[in-house]
Amino acid sequence: MTQLIALICGTLFGIGLAISGMTDTHKVQGFLDLFGAWDPALVFVMGGAVVTTFIGFHFVQKLTRPTFADKFSLPTNTSIDKPLLIGAALFGIGWGLYGYCPGPAIASLAYFRPESAVFVVAMVTGMWVEKLWRERSI
Amino acid sequence: MSLPLDFAWPLTGGILIGLAAVLMLWLLGRITGISGILWTSLVETDRHWRLAFVAGLILGPLLAHYFLNLPIPESGGRNWPLIIVAGLLVGFGTRLGSGCTSGHGVCGLGRRSPRSLSATLTFMATGIITVFIVRHLLAA
Repeated sequence: MTQLIALICGTLFGIGLAISGMTDTHKVQGFLDLFGAWDPALVFVMGGAVVTTFIGFHFVQKLTRPTFADKFSLPTNTSIDKPLLIGAALFGIGWGLYGYCPGPAIASLAYFRPESAVFVVAMVTGMWVEKLWRERSI
Repeated sequence: MSLPLDFAWPLTGGILIGLAAVLMLWLLGRITGISGILWTSLVETDRHWRLAFVAGLILGPLLAHYFLNLPIPESGGRNWPLIIVAGLLVGFGTRLGSGCTSGHGVCGLGRRSPRSLSATLTFMATGIITVFIVRHLLAA
């Protein structure tokens, strides 16, 4: 059941990414091009998504437990620390450079293009490097 | 350029993305953070639902473009060094910063998390600065 729900939610999410324009790197870079030919369309993606989670989470968080799991698995770290800000800053640079964040990068594998595959492999490699780096610095 | 139509698809897509995140929390008690789901689908023991979610992310666009007859977006080009550097930064940064556009942006803002708001403002800012440098300073 868990797998089926995750598959359906992933599919909904993927449809959302595709029809919203998030899998179009030109549109994403146009959205980030605030000081040039700014394309505001993606404001509506973020806006539509956040308003939906804002309202939906409000009701879900009143429940004592999720329908098909024992408990809610929520992040416990609330500190605004250096790793958070440096990580987010580096991510933003990579996002701006090519126009893919993780979701759209994976979703664009559906287009069977080598550039999507190379991006996803590089992204997973970056995640792995972060793990090695974190283990070394502990 | 027809304004309502230009924004109808992004808005519908955004609502679907939000709906998927609400369903994940409601039914499975999980935050829909794609960078986290992708990474743990590769390394953790409890990985089957995560792999299923990732499979759905690829299945979704196939269905959307096929049934709605939407045009496939133009390629972002094949500047391989650029793609590799961008991918490495996105992977490293999202793990170090514990999230990406979905986990911090869509879900974190929905949960009213100050930590996620700080992350979202930071990656939006560096994304905008990067595009400014690449498009307007280097290209000039």
